[in-house]
Amino acid sequence: MTIEETEKEITEEFELFGNEWEGKYEHLIDLGRSLPLIDNKYKTDDKLIRGCQSKVWLHSEIQDGKIIFTGDSDAIITKGIVALMIRVLSNHTPDEIINAQLDFIDKVGLKEHLSPTRANGLVNMIKQMKMDSLAYKAKT
Amino acid sequence: MNSTIKDRVFDVVSVRESFPILSKKVNGKTLVYLDSGATAQKPQTVIDAVDNYYRNQNANIHRGVHTLSQEITVIYENARATIQNHLNAKYPHEIIFTSGTTESINLLAASFGKKFLQAGDEIIISAMEHHSNILPWQVVCEEKGAVLKVIPISEKGELLLDEYKKLLSSKTKMVAITHISNTLGTLNPVKQIVELAHEKGIPVLIDGAQAVPHQKVDVQVLDADFYCFSGHKLFGPTGVGILYGKEKWLNELPPYKVGGGTIKMVTFEKTVYADLPLKFEAGTPHIAGGIGLAAAIDYVNSIGLENIQEYEKELLHYATGKLSAISGLKIIGNAKEKASVISFVIEGIHPLDIGTILDKLGIAVRTGHHCTQPLMEFYCIPGTVRASFAFYNTKEEIDLLIAGIEKAIKMLK
Repeated sequence: MTIEETEKEITEEFELFGNEWEGKYEHLIDLGRSLPLIDNKYKTDDKLIRGCQSKVWLHSEIQDGKIIFTGDSDAIITKGIVALMIRVLSNHTPDEIINAQLDFIDKVGLKEHLSPTRANGLVNMIKQMKMDSLAYKAKT
Repeated sequence: MNSTIKDRVFDVVSVRESFPILSKKVNGKTLVYLDSGATAQKPQTVIDAVDNYYRNQNANIHRGVHTLSQEITVIYENARATIQNHLNAKYPHEIIFTSGTTESINLLAASFGKKFLQAGDEIIISAMEHHSNILPWQVVCEEKGAVLKVIPISEKGELLLDEYKKLLSSKTKMVAITHISNTLGTLNPVKQIVELAHEKGIPVLIDGAQAVPHQKVDVQVLDADFYCFSGHKLFGPTGVGILYGKEKWLNELPPYKVGGGTIKMVTFEKTVYADLPLKFEAGTPHIAGGIGLAAAIDYVNSIGLENIQEYEKELLHYATGKLSAISGLKIIGNAKEKASVISFVIEGIHPLDIGTILDKLGIAVRTGHHCTQPLMEFYCIPGTVRASFAFYNTKEEIDLLIAGIEKAIKMLK
């Protein structure tokens, strides 16, 4: 599935809840619970994303030219957001990740989490994922 | 409210009507604003005072010969007098306008440090200080080779006064302590703290940012050498604050910022600085802020701080009882003397998650470390949820908070 296709899939998932925030957040929380935990050896301070009120760990590695992200957070809603980002961006090439527009964030009604005052660090999360991709691209 | 007597002296419904923002909808719900500890909402009279200044009074103060400048100078100096009276300071020139508590403490630490601190000297603060009352002292201590000493607290969130007494010595040059903790709500026995310091001839700064919105402060009764607060937490504009200092101390201190307005005479060789308070007020001040702050003080006094204190005590008591009944919820800060600030954590749930769900319900609380990271370390928690109440809050809003927390727990657990 391309990044756009996953984004479309997620958008459709969230559309089921209409304008009702509760269902959306319950879904986000469920996604957080389903997130495969990051390998404990990567839950170190150097994997922490800065600027978050909650802790967010993000690890990336490259397999066959594609980046695999794993992550975790100590706050469950943030963890749901981590899960969404991983679902969209993991298992893609550095170029695909760098060029991803990520319009789905707005479409699913999570745009408020992109505000710089939001403490869950979605902005920094995206930045880190793109930075990692740039780093892998530079190596190849 | 239950008490009919209090209904007569304090009508919260009409109080709320004075604050336009309180009827605003947030996320489709009527705003429940429980973050007054971060910044308080503004009554119409403050908004009008600021608006009127820009519409009808705008001119620069102090040096203009023209009518507008002279008129606004009088109004601005009247604002200073209002603040002087409110704090019961001896002289108007003991009131220095700053941009807020943070700048007040930076001013004092830099200026006091420059003149009085030497290597090996000590500054005493407490474990419950806001970063704003830690960092300026830390910086000046590093510069001068002085040492920061910290009064420890009990699990309940009260200062250990015996430990404080032990810390006071001939090396101590300043005690800088918060009046009310922004995170725990603890009301510190500042009068006693000042007395103990004065026995050894040590000056005391009290950080009153969280105290002035909740109670009457009399700097002469406290005998504080310095007292500071922010306008915006006292229902006034942002960007304006106060440093009160006893005349004898302020005269001793060198200017912190220099520039226009702070001088008597300037040549390229030497400058003679102006008298108080202008020595500390370089540049064009926040004129609208000063006027707005005076309007806020007039407003608060029209309600009466004793009434406010009594009403908020009732809110605190009500909220504490309701919150304590929630399973898994732990209140952080259980001092005997508290202001209407409640921090709490819920077992197994991150404070940020609670805050996010409450926001969706239109309830504004604060989450995180509240600029008191050493305190979070003491309690071994990543942060808290903090609800801080002002006199415009109601028991009905506390009920909404409780229902919101219960809903959040259900969703998040």
